[in-house]
Amino acid sequence: MTDTDKDTWSARLFDHLIEAGVRLFAYVPDAGNARLIELAEAHNEARPVLLASEQEGVAICAGADLVGGRAVLCMQSSGLGNCPNFLSLVKGGGFPVLLIVSMRGDYGEQNPWQYPMGQAVEPILAAMGVLSFRVERPEDLEPATTAALAAAFRAGKGAALVLSQKFLGAKAF
Amino acid sequence: MTDAEIDRRELLPALFPAPGDTLMVSGLAGASRDAAALTGDGDRLFTMAGTMGAAVPLGLGMALSAPGSQVAVITGDGELLMDLGALATVATQAPDNLSIVCIDNGRHGETGGQLSHTSHRTDLARIAEGAGLASVIAIGRPGEIAAAATFLAEAPAPRFLLVRVKAGPPAAYKRDLDPAACRLRFRNAYLDAG
Repeated sequence: MTDTDKDTWSARLFDHLIEAGVRLFAYVPDAGNARLIELAEAHNEARPVLLASEQEGVAICAGADLVGGRAVLCMQSSGLGNCPNFLSLVKGGGFPVLLIVSMRGDYGEQNPWQYPMGQAVEPILAAMGVLSFRVERPEDLEPATTAALAAAFRAGKGAALVLSQKFLGAKAF
Repeated sequence: MTDAEIDRRELLPALFPAPGDTLMVSGLAGASRDAAALTGDGDRLFTMAGTMGAAVPLGLGMALSAPGSQVAVITGDGELLMDLGALATVATQAPDNLSIVCIDNGRHGETGGQLSHTSHRTDLARIAEGAGLASVIAIGRPGEIAAAATFLAEAPAPRFLLVRVKAGPPAAYKRDLDPAACRLRFRNAYLDAG
């Protein structure tokens, strides 16, 4: 995937999120969400919220919801491992939470450290009652985003938009 | 270290004489019992009984999404220690409507009173200062509570108030422990008030 492709899909995803009323973009920096966060930085109603640890983002989404706001948590797949206890807010509290997960340890991964958590993403999402919407090919992005937004903000579920390494391109090093 | 001479049950009513004016979130265990007693488990308070460490970031999400409201986080030393990084997250966002009150008894009160790091060498007020919060004070004597209430009302936000309290029970208040019901109660009250 070239930089131009990345700009294009990130912009489409960002537009969908803004249109759905998302204003807080909680994130731990990752190559997969870098462009999305730049777009949030540049938008006059959106606010990127840099986190120290991913679990904070789950609580930020819940806090926004209590006053009628909408937030998303953007992170690399390894960060999902920091979130399960806080995802009790989803499974037990009925808070709508939307996660945008850029995958490592998935397809074409060369770093062995990434595999344990990458392969645990789906079981953890399932264990904590978060629905998974995977993006494997460019044409998956639009429908998966629409479905994840509907599940989170219309049906009040936990939803994860999972951007696979097939879609993002495996990091070569 | 300041002395710890304050009875925690007398703290929140003195800090928040009009609690209905503030949106509140409280961390698990004693902090939530004290906050529930303060408000009568009111609909402008969201208490937790799990998700240890979530109170500060939850309050931050609320403060950033409701810029016209004052938001207070009530937490304890154990809860805050579970996610110290959230103080840095708050400092970077620098919301002008957020206060954090940490009731520091130096113990994990809910699980039997086992000592926490603050009974050893750790000073949470200095950590909050180092994280970069705009205004930080620590108190430990009953005579300092009135000045702390003024601090919460007037100091530049985000504010961090550390209150060293005596070991002893929190308020004996039975609150609603159903998180989904508490979410709806808070949300409906806030959104209906427009």
